Amino acid sequence: MTGRFGWVLPMQKFGWCVAALLAVCIVGCGGSEYLFPGHRPKPAVTSVTVTCSPTSVNSQQTSQCSAKVVVTGSPNTSVAWKATAGQISSSGLFTAPAEPGQTSVTITATSNWDPSKSGTATVIVNPTETMGNVAPIVVDAGPAPQSFITANVGFVTVTVCSPGTNNCQTIDHVLADTGSSGLRLLSSASGGEFSLSLPNETDSSGNPLLECAVFGGGYTWGNVATADITVAGEMAPAAPVQVVIPSTSSPAVPSSCSSQTTQPNMGDSVMALGANGIIGVGLFQHDCGSACTPGSGKIPPVYYGCPSSRCSPTSVPLAQQVPNPVTLFAADNNGVLIELPAVPNGGSLNPTGSLIFGIGTQSNNGLGSATVYTVPDSGTNAGFITTTFAGKSYPVAFIDSGSNGLFFLDPKTTGIPTCAAPDNIWYCPRTSPDNLSAVNQGSNGNKGTVNFSVEDATTLFNSNNTAFSTLGAPLPNVFDFGLPFFYGRQMFTAIDTMSTPGGPGPYFAY
Amino acid sequence: MRMRGRGHFVNVFRFAGNYRKEAARTLLSALLFALPLPAMAVLGDNASSVLTDMAHMKGTLRSVDNGTYAIHEITSNTGTVVREFVSPAGVVFGVAWEGQFPPDLQQLLGPYYQQAKQATAAAAQQQHQRRGPVAIETPGLVMYEAGHMRSFHGEAYVPQLVPQGVQASEIH
Repeated sequence: MTGRFGWVLPMQKFGWCVAALLAVCIVGCGGSEYLFPGHRPKPAVTSVTVTCSPTSVNSQQTSQCSAKVVVTGSPNTSVAWKATAGQISSSGLFTAPAEPGQTSVTITATSNWDPSKSGTATVIVNPTETMGNVAPIVVDAGPAPQSFITANVGFVTVTVCSPGTNNCQTIDHVLADTGSSGLRLLSSASGGEFSLSLPNETDSSGNPLLECAVFGGGYTWGNVATADITVAGEMAPAAPVQVVIPSTSSPAVPSSCSSQTTQPNMGDSVMALGANGIIGVGLFQHDCGSACTPGSGKIPPVYYGCPSSRCSPTSVPLAQQVPNPVTLFAADNNGVLIELPAVPNGGSLNPTGSLIFGIGTQSNNGLGSATVYTVPDSGTNAGFITTTFAGKSYPVAFIDSGSNGLFFLDPKTTGIPTCAAPDNIWYCPRTSPDNLSAVNQGSNGNKGTVNFSVEDATTLFNSNNTAFSTLGAPLPNVFDFGLPFFYGRQMFTAIDTMSTPGGPGPYFAY
Repeated sequence: MRMRGRGHFVNVFRFAGNYRKEAARTLLSALLFALPLPAMAVLGDNASSVLTDMAHMKGTLRSVDNGTYAIHEITSNTGTVVREFVSPAGVVFGVAWEGQFPPDLQQLLGPYYQQAKQATAAAAQQQHQRRGPVAIETPGLVMYEAGHMRSFHGEAYVPQLVPQGVQASEIH
């Protein structure tokens, strides 16, 4: 080095000296703030945010909370934990208290460096004494990783066990869906929580049995396995379930599966599904039914036998098809009731409610004054009611907790424009709220007027709320009453052929 | 005139046996056999691609002509009904479907399938995702896929190909 200094120009020599000094400082002084003493950021805590998983637990169960401490400079990022009830460890592990009723516990993390900075999260504690047919629902921001924002999705917690064993896993943030039938769990290969090993089903030739499940907004692909499914105090023993795998896994998604929709594979990630799984508690006993059984004379692209060469559609007896798990419960097996609180204009944050099993089977699930709207159990309008709006009737109309908005008609018909980008898939009425009315009618002739409102979606999304009763979007010629329609209602979904005090399913009642 | 034509169309369509139907079938046969069969179908393609679709779906075909356009209805062996709307120029300007299982949309939408996939993939990247049925409205393609497990409905049309005087709401 010194030899080099001997022949460089003086200015260059000066530059080398500065560089050398800086290098010494970077190594020796321990931080970039020493480079420019005039701009040295003062160590400070900017914010503390808290997340807990799961967000809903039973008494005595635990939830792991973590704090994200955003800082400038390099202050101590440790936090002190506090819970309004129950106990919380120094590492953020919350143990729920024993409570007689459902309780909401606030978890607070306070910065040790700057005690004026803290963040909170809410954990719902469900009582141990609840009736066995009540599973708590929370409409929250969804499962981690939260690189997306979930709105209007109702989640429940489901426990699955390898059949007849105590080898079990509890999965939170499973979407409660009255628009489908069957439990589908996002495998760890897709980034989901589910990692339990379950016995896989095979086709009639002994090859692995996989399924292509098509939804309104995409499809899922994966093995059919069997599990004991427990939700609240109800258990479906040895029930076929779908273990959802991503497109990158093997066997590959057959093109006859993916080409049934232009929508993506919802099983590719937690973000794509928006949940760790879907529990379909809808109108039908099975996801496919008689059309997929041997002897139906057809082999729809639903179930696939997968030898190592390639997967091909195959027929499957009803007992091997993925069932609505409710039908396998010992009791309370004829349908479900979803109860969610009313959500005011502007929305609510993390409202909680109940998924109650059975219709008219217990003191907590009677039809009361609800009107029954029956729907066809087969044919091209299976599961549909008719909705009349502005004097025109639409025969493709349904009520579906798995849809996260009020999806109806188009801007030309409703007079409601869509929002400016990037929210241009949603409605943004000129006058918000825009109060609307329609008449729903069942196949049984029962009619009822429903009033609903649509608000400016962009404004709604600018809040940090997770539940919006007034979130609407276009869907030409169709009415899809999604989760917003459930708020403030007792919404019954009765399963086909099952007997209920309101007559046999399938029907909606509210 | 338009409304009368539409009313008549519904009538013919729902209640088979109308004399127009037979006339339409003859017309279609003439049309189909006058044109070469392309390898693949269908939206935006010419009417002969209807036969390709029918073969693909192992289906049966019914056709009607309401004077403004023809409708070819294919019922697949899984019970799914596909309607293809053909302009007087012989171009499939719209398709609609209903049934327990959606049809092969890659086959049915032809080159528009990728366009629809791109539009939906873009929507899926939005921060506030739509979870549920999908509607796409781009200058070159209008489409929706709706329904739930056990019953799917959808329609797609190319606005530029819809004959003058035909309402988009007639495509269903």
